[in-house]
Amino acid sequence: MNDLSATLNATLGLLAGPDPTLAGIVGLSLQVSLTAVLLAALPGLPLGALLAVRRFPGRGAVVVATNAMMGLPPVVAGLVLYLLLSRSGPLGGLGLLFSPGAMVLAQAVLVAPILVALSRQALEALWEEYEEQLRSFGAGPGQAVRTLLWEGRYPLLTVLLAGFGRAAAEVGAVMIVGGNIEGYTRTMTTAIALETSKGDLPLALALGGVLLALVLLVNGLAQLLRGAAQRAER
Amino acid sequence: MGFALPLRLNGLRFAIGPVEIIRGITLELHEGAPSLLVGPNGAGKSVLLRLLHGLLQPSGGSLEWARPEARPPGLAPRDSMVFQRPVLLRRTVLANATYPLRLLGHSAAEARVRAEAALERVGLGRMLDRPARGLSGGEQQKLALARAWALAPEVLFLDEPTAALDPAASKAVEAIIAAIAEGGTKVVMTTHDLAQARRLAGEVLFLHHGRVVERAVAAEFFAGPRTEEAMAFLRGELFW
Repeated sequence: MNDLSATLNATLGLLAGPDPTLAGIVGLSLQVSLTAVLLAALPGLPLGALLAVRRFPGRGAVVVATNAMMGLPPVVAGLVLYLLLSRSGPLGGLGLLFSPGAMVLAQAVLVAPILVALSRQALEALWEEYEEQLRSFGAGPGQAVRTLLWEGRYPLLTVLLAGFGRAAAEVGAVMIVGGNIEGYTRTMTTAIALETSKGDLPLALALGGVLLALVLLVNGLAQLLRGAAQRAER
Repeated sequence: MGFALPLRLNGLRFAIGPVEIIRGITLELHEGAPSLLVGPNGAGKSVLLRLLHGLLQPSGGSLEWARPEARPPGLAPRDSMVFQRPVLLRRTVLANATYPLRLLGHSAAEARVRAEAALERVGLGRMLDRPARGLSGGEQQKLALARAWALAPEVLFLDEPTAALDPAASKAVEAIIAAIAEGGTKVVMTTHDLAQARRLAGEVLFLHHGRVVERAVAAEFFAGPRTEEAMAFLRGELFW
């Protein structure tokens, strides 16, 4: 009980008081996760749409593979990326290891399968409705993909939020490739892991509360935007 | 007109697995007054229309346009189609009408001019900025027709365009179809509504069990059908 009240007090204190260190961690967390989602969405959403509209040999295997990749263990992804980015690795020359860039890459790798799989599912239902009409108009696969991405903008927003949720909650991969360096690569989740390992559970839980508030805020803002856009279209 | 027409069907067949839906249709469709495909449910009318439009591929026989590469002037398509339930994009009325024009290669300005003119002709000229999905059923079908009309196709396939509409909306849609046909577009349309077929048809093609059982000038068909099936159908006694 004491722990819980201490946690609540600490959470409120963190949320209320201007703390430059916390602000830096929150800022970096948001920056890394949002950039990762954007980076994953650029190929992920069109790929999901393409899978929704095209039938080709081996498509079933690709769908199963993308679905399976949604469960890719972050630690494994982080380890592979670490080997690739380490000085002796094939991408070592980029000098990205233990930088926010490496964390963005790691989160993008984890988020991309989610965006591909969920957007394929969402747009497949839409394609059933639109296919005959778009084929009748003579739309090719590229035009169909572009049209579906726009027509499916509301379900795709939910897909992006799911991706953001995965990115924001991720700890294993960013810890490995980011190194949890204070003031440089420390995010909310790596800070929570650090405080937990130090035994400062109330602070760890309080940071968790802040992270939850942050995710709620992003989702709330997205919902508001979606609602306003839908109302404008009625 | 008469650019790619006539459309020649030679023993056209379509099957899904062991079930034959179109069972060897041989005929020619020429320019001129609307051709109405009538027949009971399951006769194969909608499937035939999709075969003609190229949405389905025949399982047998052939379907050939007399001049396959010929197109009406400008960027007009050879043929276009309007479905029973119009599929409208989640965009404004105007954006829906310009969409296929832009796909065909019209500039944004040209597409807008053509779309606005077509929407004006169907009575939607004051609803350009309305979300298309917020329109009534009748208005949605008018928009679908305007969208096809703006393309100025040589042939327009219509799949039961008034099936889901009330009598007033059906009447308005019929007037639009008549105007499209008078403008020189060949209309090929399916319908269950015999009164509508009487009003719109230049000729009737009566389908039963995947075959064109009877083909006649509309007035002759309704005055005295030649086949037992067509007689039974007109009496409301022919079932699938």
